[in-house]
Amino acid sequence: MDQKTVKIEVNGVELQAQAGQMLMEVTDAADIYIPRFCYHEKLSIAANCRMCLVEVEDVHKPLPACATPVTDGMKVFTKSPAAISAQRATMEFLLINHPLDCPICDQGGECELQDLAMGYGRDISRYAEKKRSVQDQDLGPLVSTDMTRCIHCTRCVRFGQEIAGIQELGTMGRGEFMEISTYVKNSVDHELSGNIIDICPVGALNNKPYRYSARAWEMEQRATVAPHDCLGSSIYAHVLRGRVKRVVPRQNEQINETWISDRDRFSYEGIYSDDRLMQPMIRDGGEWRTSSWEAALEAAAAGLLEAAGGDAATHIGAWISPSATTEEAYLTARLMRHLGSNNVDHRLRTRDFSGQEYDPLFPSLGMDIAEVPSLEAALIVGSNLRKEVPLLAHRVRQAAVAGASINFLNLAIYEYLFPIAEYMVGSSADLPLQLARLLVAAGAELPKSARLLASAAASVDEDQQRTVASLAKADSGLVLLGQMARRHPQFGLIQLLASRLAAATGVRLGHLTEGGNSAGACLAGALPHRGAGGARLNDPGQTIADMIATPLRGLMMVGTEPERDCADAAGAVAAVESAEFVLALSPYFAGSLAQHADVVLPTGTFAETSGTLVNVEGRWQSFAAVAAPLGEARPAWKVLRVLGNLLELADCHYLTSEAIRDELASAAGQLESDNLLSAKASARADSQAETPAEDLDIPMYQVDAVVRRARSLQLTRDGRQARHGVTGRRETA
Amino acid sequence: MPSGTEQTILSDQVQAEIDRWIAKFPQGRQRSAVLAALHAVQHEHGGFVTPELMDAVANYLDLPAVQVYEIATFYTMIETRPVGRHSISVCTNISCMLRGSDEIVSHIESKLGIELGESTPDGKIYLKREEECLAACCGAPMMMVDHAYHEDLTPAKVDAILDALE
Ligand code: SF4
Ligand code: FES
Ligand code: FES
Repeated sequence: MDQKTVKIEVNGVELQAQAGQMLMEVTDAADIYIPRFCYHEKLSIAANCRMCLVEVEDVHKPLPACATPVTDGMKVFTKSPAAISAQRATMEFLLINHPLDCPICDQGGECELQDLAMGYGRDISRYAEKKRSVQDQDLGPLVSTDMTRCIHCTRCVRFGQEIAGIQELGTMGRGEFMEISTYVKNSVDHELSGNIIDICPVGALNNKPYRYSARAWEMEQRATVAPHDCLGSSIYAHVLRGRVKRVVPRQNEQINETWISDRDRFSYEGIYSDDRLMQPMIRDGGEWRTSSWEAALEAAAAGLLEAAGGDAATHIGAWISPSATTEEAYLTARLMRHLGSNNVDHRLRTRDFSGQEYDPLFPSLGMDIAEVPSLEAALIVGSNLRKEVPLLAHRVRQAAVAGASINFLNLAIYEYLFPIAEYMVGSSADLPLQLARLLVAAGAELPKSARLLASAAASVDEDQQRTVASLAKADSGLVLLGQMARRHPQFGLIQLLASRLAAATGVRLGHLTEGGNSAGACLAGALPHRGAGGARLNDPGQTIADMIATPLRGLMMVGTEPERDCADAAGAVAAVESAEFVLALSPYFAGSLAQHADVVLPTGTFAETSGTLVNVEGRWQSFAAVAAPLGEARPAWKVLRVLGNLLELADCHYLTSEAIRDELASAAGQLESDNLLSAKASARADSQAETPAEDLDIPMYQVDAVVRRARSLQLTRDGRQARHGVTGRRETA
Repeated sequence: MPSGTEQTILSDQVQAEIDRWIAKFPQGRQRSAVLAALHAVQHEHGGFVTPELMDAVANYLDLPAVQVYEIATFYTMIETRPVGRHSISVCTNISCMLRGSDEIVSHIESKLGIELGESTPDGKIYLKREEECLAACCGAPMMMVDHAYHEDLTPAKVDAILDALE
């Protein structure tokens, strides 16, 4: 684009702009408001609503600001009589067919049409003819439709084409009979589809689970962070009388732009599931009974001490959810270490810990999220990317659409809605070998511990050559290890080979991690072999796998549901069953904990606690509680603090979660993580039994306890397919 | 050419016709061939297209199906619901109207026992809802039967034309 600077004048004020910029961009940047419906800063320009008409000197008709490029010396009037009259006329046309149902429309109070009708509409309609009405669509469990309200701005259509990468909605018919529709009965199934609720300027597309349950102006908007993937998208919770009624995106160009995934939008339903625990529970002679907090905490402390029996390192351990806050992870780790045990782990879905000595301080993306669209080449290893981290897939898609060479080395074929350079697919046992071949193709030597693969790795095919060449050529490249790689029985070897490959091709190594706070948990020392800030420990404790293989006497669960959150579900349940004492801090009373735990303390979900999540970039994001705790549930950090006091943990008098965070941050806040550390590891290269891809791929709406209870998400196609079917490979050009 | 390796329900002739059109446009602009493809499919399928046929066209041209639906529903010459195999459109624009197209329409309606926009129950004749000026005003009133023009219509002439349809 021509980078020439031009001067224009808007309402008598001189503005600078780049030649070729659209007028609307320039006025928006200067805070000069021009009404609009179809224009959206993240979508292509359609210029079909005509609401943005303005007067331009020496042009004899009004021009749409969203589609008029600025030129030097242009004089624009956004509020002149001619401009206002054009805008008012447009408004009158738009309202001809729009129903007057604002009182029963959820959009009322936050409707762009309603607002602009206040500003530009007439008081009285001159239109006496019949209004048109349009059949509603059934778009599935997340988005409700009232298509009569549609003003045909096509934002939703462009969202599908340009952002989601799959056009599910279209404009059917024409003129008077034009309708926005899927045409055939089809739900809108994309993992970002909820965003069409926000971009629809009227009440045509609305939030189905929230429908008719509050009015926009009654609710408070509270900022927080989504805890279900490693991006930590910025969100607002809209809260009515202490209850989260809905979640919307909070614009953050660094992370989620103006979007959020459906998982982050609708997970809040899980906060209010029927199995929420309202009071502390103690098992008394085999029978559960409710208890006071005091009694329950005392029972918890006593139970842990007794199980430890003077040798905590042998007898007790803690399993921490990778979505628990940093404060929760830090306090749990402190508590365990105070009792004398390093058996602390949050890597619940990991199967192989062989390279852990050389794990980075925390597994990071290796780059900023906002930089991903400018990648020139990437190799994504072991990831069902769209389902694992939907908005990162969107960023990768932006890179692919811009021409980047995106390559996959995967265990199954997943559908990606962007051009893919190479899609290499193999069984789980094959994955390390294929990585070794890529390493050979890059002209590097195999690490010693992978020499076993040497002869097989020598035969390199063209796909592999091309992939490596594209990485080597790229100024900005990435080898990205996905969650399926992380859950792989040979993760240590995969990480080693991947870091060697990244080093050999001169690109960065990145990780996609579990839950919303793997990085925070690592920094907090929720690891058996490292303390807070990654401090190396002389007497490493047991990993989650060890704790399952040789069950302990006492277990502490922090936000964990053993049968759903652990790689070895059966083993995890058996460990819980055989333990003499199990303490659970959990929002829910369900499953194996309800069967086998001894004390369950009701803690708040992400919405009911303050805390900090550290995202995959290493960004510390603190948030306040947005909702009132249910029943007697308390934020887990407070529960842990009191437990610490009962167990005589020194310096455990934090008044706020910020105090905990600051204490940790002073030790760990400045530390950088180096993913390429793992290039020094040595790892087993022995052959492994086959692990089916389905076992490594956690369905999108099964990832954590809250999401699993979000009813509407469970009704979506992804929710219903408890296990992913293998979908066809689409675009490969 | 087809994007996938999947079987297509499009006939060889239709595929050849679509290929001929694809070749007329720059590479990657196969979307431009949608209208021609829909015409070819509709012609072969007795005057209308079905979602399955539109999906087949979308697949053949490697487009999202919804883009084919958009085009098929936009153009009135593509029928998206089952209609009779002979399509009749009577011009009722100004010149034809002045020359008696209204009587022609009501004659056809009573002869066939259907109204504008309907098809005869035997699936033989489809009487299209409306047609704008077909640029044969000098022969008004006129109608188009399938792709042929018939001008200077009288009820008797209409009878003869309709009776001759197979
Ligand atoms: S449904 Fe909403 S976003 Fe879509 S075209 Fe209509 S008004 Fe625009
Ligand atoms: S905002 Fe400019 S035409 Fe719609
Ligand atoms: S008005 Fe009928 S052909 Fe022109």
